[in-house]
Amino acid sequence: MTCRALSGRPLSEITLEAAARGDLSPADLRIHPDTLRRQAQTAEQHGNPQLADNLRRAAELTALSDEELLAVYDALRPGRSTRADLQTVAAHLEASGAPSCAALVMEAAEVYERRVLLRSG
Amino acid sequence: MPSLHNDVSDGRAILRADNQDGSVQGSAAPGGPAHGGSPTGLGGSQGRLGRFTGLDARPVNLDGVSHEDHDAGLVAFASANDPEPSVEIDGEGRVVQLDGVQADKFDLIDAYIAAHGIDAAVAIEANGLPEAEFARLVVDPATPREEVVRLARGATPAKLACVVALLRPVELQMAVAKMRVRRTPAIQAHVTNVLDDPLLLAADAATAVAFGFRELETTVPVLGDAPSNALALLIGSQVGAAGALTQCSIEEALELELGLRGLTTYAETVSLYGTEQVFVDGDDTPWSKAFLCSAYASRGLKMRVTSGGGAEALMGAAEGKSMCHLESRCVALARAMGAQGVQNGGIDGASVVGSVPGGMRELLAENLLVMLRDLESCSGNDSLVSESDMRRTAHTVPLFLAGSDFLFSGFGSIVRYDNMFGPSNFNGEDLDDYLLLQRDWGVDGGLRPVDEARMREVRERAAKAVQAVYRELGLADFGDERVEEIVLAEGSRDLSPLDPTVVLQAADAIQDRELGILDVVGALERTGFRDEAERVLAMGRARVIGDYLQTAAVFDEEMNVLSKVTDPNDYQGPGTGYEVSAARRAEMEGVRQERSRQDLLERQATHAGHVRLVERGEAVPGTDPREVCVGVSPAFGTELWLTTSGLPAGEALRQILAGLEEESCTARLVRVRASIDLGMIGLTAARLAGSGIGIGLQAKGTALIHRRDLLPLAGLELYSIAPLVTKEMYRALGTNAGRHAKGQRPVPVRNPPTEQAIEARYHAEVVAMVAVERGACRPGAPPVDLELLP
Repeated sequence: MTCRALSGRPLSEITLEAAARGDLSPADLRIHPDTLRRQAQTAEQHGNPQLADNLRRAAELTALSDEELLAVYDALRPGRSTRADLQTVAAHLEASGAPSCAALVMEAAEVYERRVLLRSG
Repeated sequence: MPSLHNDVSDGRAILRADNQDGSVQGSAAPGGPAHGGSPTGLGGSQGRLGRFTGLDARPVNLDGVSHEDHDAGLVAFASANDPEPSVEIDGEGRVVQLDGVQADKFDLIDAYIAAHGIDAAVAIEANGLPEAEFARLVVDPATPREEVVRLARGATPAKLACVVALLRPVELQMAVAKMRVRRTPAIQAHVTNVLDDPLLLAADAATAVAFGFRELETTVPVLGDAPSNALALLIGSQVGAAGALTQCSIEEALELELGLRGLTTYAETVSLYGTEQVFVDGDDTPWSKAFLCSAYASRGLKMRVTSGGGAEALMGAAEGKSMCHLESRCVALARAMGAQGVQNGGIDGASVVGSVPGGMRELLAENLLVMLRDLESCSGNDSLVSESDMRRTAHTVPLFLAGSDFLFSGFGSIVRYDNMFGPSNFNGEDLDDYLLLQRDWGVDGGLRPVDEARMREVRERAAKAVQAVYRELGLADFGDERVEEIVLAEGSRDLSPLDPTVVLQAADAIQDRELGILDVVGALERTGFRDEAERVLAMGRARVIGDYLQTAAVFDEEMNVLSKVTDPNDYQGPGTGYEVSAARRAEMEGVRQERSRQDLLERQATHAGHVRLVERGEAVPGTDPREVCVGVSPAFGTELWLTTSGLPAGEALRQILAGLEEESCTARLVRVRASIDLGMIGLTAARLAGSGIGIGLQAKGTALIHRRDLLPLAGLELYSIAPLVTKEMYRALGTNAGRHAKGQRPVPVRNPPTEQAIEARYHAEVVAMVAVERGACRPGAPPVDLELLP
């Protein structure tokens, strides 16, 4: 299977010559979600389903911008979000094709509520 | 190194202060240990014993040593407050009770581990296994690694903590050798400097790569400099060889940002803690950290988390649990989150762990916990755990001998003062020691010797590459004289001052313009650093491929990925597992201090011919009662010319003759050809002497006085430590021999006292010289008279 960057450019075209011509963009050096899912499969086959889950979440997150990633991370830090905030984040993730990340956020919301780590009000 | 939050350094300062008044020193005499101790009085019952004042002054007594305190978490293993291992699984395979805590009482850490970290299919089996039996499976080479990993998947944190607590040090080593993930060991370096000088960072990064480090970690004294440091490290890391991974340890959000732009190629300072309080104080939760793991992976970045014993006690929130128990929770959490690896083994809290009984064993057990969870171990040894060279070395050596995925999570590849993490347990000053340790034990510690020409080449190339890229990108303009300074410098103190705003402005520009890996590749290519451009780009391509996201992945210098998938540890006892190849062995053995026999004898030639001894026929016993015979060794003044002290052999001989002359004795010279043994040479001379007194002198400078009626090895006076014998001492030996000949009883000459490892210094050379003597030896040949030509 041809390995492609997030941009769709095949690995074979990611060369110094292309870089020198200015043909490459950051998305040409970003991993493709299919590649991450393949790596998840490999991790699963080698006995680490948790690493596989992580890589599957990562595959979902390829669709998010850097700013969005940082925003979700920040929302998950203690005392940053109300339950509703986290629900909004989860809904956004769900809508962005990141259901397992959304599930992680909702799981956090449950535990944060019990451990009093939600922002009040 | 983890980026523990600020309170930690405060906590550390407080701990130090406690030690200053001696309150934690177990057996200190009144007045305290080194800090307070001063000699009082002049002996008698009031005086401090000299044996204690001497010991007090030893560096080890600067180390803080704590009473075990279970409630404060100052206990390595098995606190009275540690829970009994237990687990309950409900009908749907959910963990509803973990180590004595019911689901509704789970804290953040319990909750995450219960939800993601316990394999319900194995939990009952693994936790039902008696701990001693579990521990034996861990150590036993006949039990496959995979079987232990399978059981560990179901084991609770308390269970694994109890299992590793049972292992004796040598069993821990066996377990580490078997359980580490990757077959081929590797090592990580710290590369930092006080100035954040980008040229020096790059030169030191290239130097580290030349030594064989495969991961390079930097950090900043000034946070704003971070983008510049990351960029300089990235360039320097790809000089000389491909594939070294780089990271910049800073505040988590900025670290992620630099990683996303490709200026770093892995991350490890995602810190985990074993209690909820400390976790939340660190402004994170298991969920925020798990998300961070996925975020890094989404950009194809390798990432591991950081934990390490002692952190919770240092933060005053250990909940009375043992360090091993809390660390076992961290490691279980790391696995649950899907991190591929863990940096632990104390880390910032290493000295806290080291202060309690069993602490050093606990640090090694932490590394094993990671391996049991089938994660990459980046095994600490990255902060100086003791002022004592013996203690700090003893901390590292057991792991070093056993091997790890990363033996250090930061060997200080630069000199101590330039390490912005604080000194590591081993530092730039220790590189030769480390290379010799590898050679001594035949153990692959991941490093190789570097000769001066090679080091000059890579340092210059790296500094010039960064100079060129900073100019090309309009970040800063460093002059050629700066490059030359950098190449020669041991560290930043050897450099002329650097305007700190230069680095800050460069860093700001990198941020403002959002420069990333492609800008670096382009600039390198345009300025003629094509190899480096290719290699930096290759690090970018590696992210697209993603193979280095697998557990324990590292690149070799041909960009092959070595990981759990491609290079799994297959140790199953003697003759299995990682084997040092012949080429690698030769590389490790070829340290720059190594000398051939020819090299060792080189300085002999510089004095060839300075003394001329002519043989005058077979020697027969003399009759003159004033005659003292000086017997020299077979190669004396024929092939060997210099004693080990550096004194020409002829000069040693002349001094002996002068001493004899002072006593009005007749000196007679013979060469003993049949033996190289000093006692036999001296005795042979004594038997030929009219007085019955002889002197034996080997070319290496060892000398004695003998008498004809004594046994060969029982001479009268002896200089056994040739490297310390001076001209004056040879003269005194001659004088004393003369006095013995006259029937007097002189004050014997003495070997000078020494604290040097005199044998370590000279024995390699002595072996070479003895071989020459042996070659010149003619067993059975009678001694011959010699004439000393003027």
